[in-house]
Amino acid sequence: MSLWIGHRYFPLLVTCALFLVLWIIGAVQFDGFGSGRVFFNLFTDNAFLAITAIGMTFVILSGGIDLSVGAVIALTGIVCAVLIEQHHWHPLQAFSLILVGAAGFGAAMGALIHYYRLQPFIVTLAGMFFARGLANTISENSIPINHSFYSAVSSFGFGLPGGGWIGSQALILLLVLVLAIITAHYSRFGNAVYAIGGDRQSAELMGVPIASTTIVIYVLSSTLAALAGIVFSFYTFSGYSLAAMGVELDAIAAVVIGGTLLSGGRGYILGTLVGVLIMGLIQTYISFHGSLNSWWTKIVIGLLLLFFIALQKALSSFRKT
Amino acid sequence: MTARLAVLFRTPGVWPCLALLLVLLINWLITPQFFHLEIRDGRLYGTLIDVLNRGAPVALLAIGMSLVIATRGIDLSVGAVMAIAGAVCANLIAAGTGSTLLIVAAGLTAGLAAGLVNGSLISYLGLQPIVATLVLMVAGRGIAQLINDGQIVTFQHQGFAWLGVGNFLGLPVPVILVALVFAGVYLLTRKTALGLFIEAVGCNPTASHYLGIPVASVKMLAYIVAGLCSALAGIIATADIQGADANNIGLWLELDAILAVVLGGASLMGGRFSIGLAVVGVLIIQALSTGIIMSGLPAKYNLLVKALVVIVVLLVQTPRFRHQFIKPFLRLKKTTVNGEPIA
Repeated sequence: MSLWIGHRYFPLLVTCALFLVLWIIGAVQFDGFGSGRVFFNLFTDNAFLAITAIGMTFVILSGGIDLSVGAVIALTGIVCAVLIEQHHWHPLQAFSLILVGAAGFGAAMGALIHYYRLQPFIVTLAGMFFARGLANTISENSIPINHSFYSAVSSFGFGLPGGGWIGSQALILLLVLVLAIITAHYSRFGNAVYAIGGDRQSAELMGVPIASTTIVIYVLSSTLAALAGIVFSFYTFSGYSLAAMGVELDAIAAVVIGGTLLSGGRGYILGTLVGVLIMGLIQTYISFHGSLNSWWTKIVIGLLLLFFIALQKALSSFRKT
Repeated sequence: MTARLAVLFRTPGVWPCLALLLVLLINWLITPQFFHLEIRDGRLYGTLIDVLNRGAPVALLAIGMSLVIATRGIDLSVGAVMAIAGAVCANLIAAGTGSTLLIVAAGLTAGLAAGLVNGSLISYLGLQPIVATLVLMVAGRGIAQLINDGQIVTFQHQGFAWLGVGNFLGLPVPVILVALVFAGVYLLTRKTALGLFIEAVGCNPTASHYLGIPVASVKMLAYIVAGLCSALAGIIATADIQGADANNIGLWLELDAILAVVLGGASLMGGRFSIGLAVVGVLIIQALSTGIIMSGLPAKYNLLVKALVVIVVLLVQTPRFRHQFIKPFLRLKKTTVNGEPIA
């Protein structure tokens, strides 16, 4: 038993078990909840949040935090809409410019954090104001996107046996997931991220390249947030500067529920995905239930957060003894 | 002269105050009536008073937040606590409670409870402050909506509304309340050993424990003060609009409060605090927003300008930036002075 609890996969197992329990509760209560359609829709509907949260996982694994991701999503949407609708760019051209721009934005935040020893919390907060402010400056109104490429992408997908549907958003998510797992767990960069999050000083003494790793972490987070913004625009077919308010909090919550330690150095990319799915499942449950109000989502997610933090705490004191 | 200047620039608090002066100066250059004050109906009117009045809720949050940050903590839940306190007060009034004192006491009790929850999670369960308060930040707005039953609860109550829109001694009541809380917290922390304890706990909790400082209780107290301050801020905001809107009251104000404390020169690593400089930080943010509105620049530039100013003020406070960009400038001046006789 103690071997089980002490195992490094234990928090991940708890997260998966929780998902399963919630899913079974829903499936027993409501017809159709347990269907493949509901399950696969979780991926399609929450793809943008999952992509953001995967980027956030790298940041949190390194012991940092990124509050700017929600604003980056909104900025991406608005820039997309303006470039495509008002400047008649092809969406793919617009996407490449946006992804490069987001990478530069992340690099600037990472550089401020590393070279000037500023707190990630404050730097990314200023980044959030900056991105949201830039989005506001470009346009305060929602701009619709009408382009044949958009309708082609959003109608693309695979039907699955059992009524399931894997949309293009879910496909992008799965691609990001596989690449992120390889990067985090099977690459030199991934090792450096865990090392910095575990103990920055030891990592530095061991010769881990702190500067480049820190900068790349924030580049990764901002770029993935921009990709999430592109995916988000596939749902809304528009860009709006007030979109995706508070998504940074949802992403952080998903990472914590996924079993990653907020102080860094411990956690898995896959856990974050399951964390996002749990949050999506709670929302699905509440919409199936009908009479429960949406504020229950917030309260339940708050309680889940508390449960996982307490679990982490208990586990870490268990490991010490 | 240069040596004396160098000493001055190393004094804590000089940079935030310089930044505030600069913001005020720019405001004055753009809109000359910025410093204009006049007395009408026994009350002071003017842009400066407006800055103080509008900054009042964030100033209250920042006063509590600076104690929390000094213990190497952070409180993300203050905005949500504002919403809870506002919802409690509004529903009491809607239910027919007449006594202003009772309503305010109930609101403050909600803040006290929030502080106790945060403090217990952090002091006794040993959770990281950023996550422990994230719980209440996420759940808090849900709780406030639950109290409000999903509605925006509006009310008519003269005594309670006075707290948000009334005047006392020619000044808006929120400004007076901030001054009272400021004085109270100042006396509590600087005229007793408590301030020293808070800084000691933030510097080195282990050493403080061996010195006999009750680390858990000191942290708990900081979160309770933050909870009470946020509840009062929520009461002012609710009284101001005479309604409790659980979704929007205090939204993102936790970020402004943390920003104000950091702009005031405090480190998020804890160990020192100055509630005076935290209020200077609030005034920088508020003077900036009001200045942008006054200047006729569209309000949509507000966030962008804020972000740039924040980055500059933060950078100027880092030793490395000063070394790279300000020292060479001073040295340049010195060489030209020395070079003058030759030229």
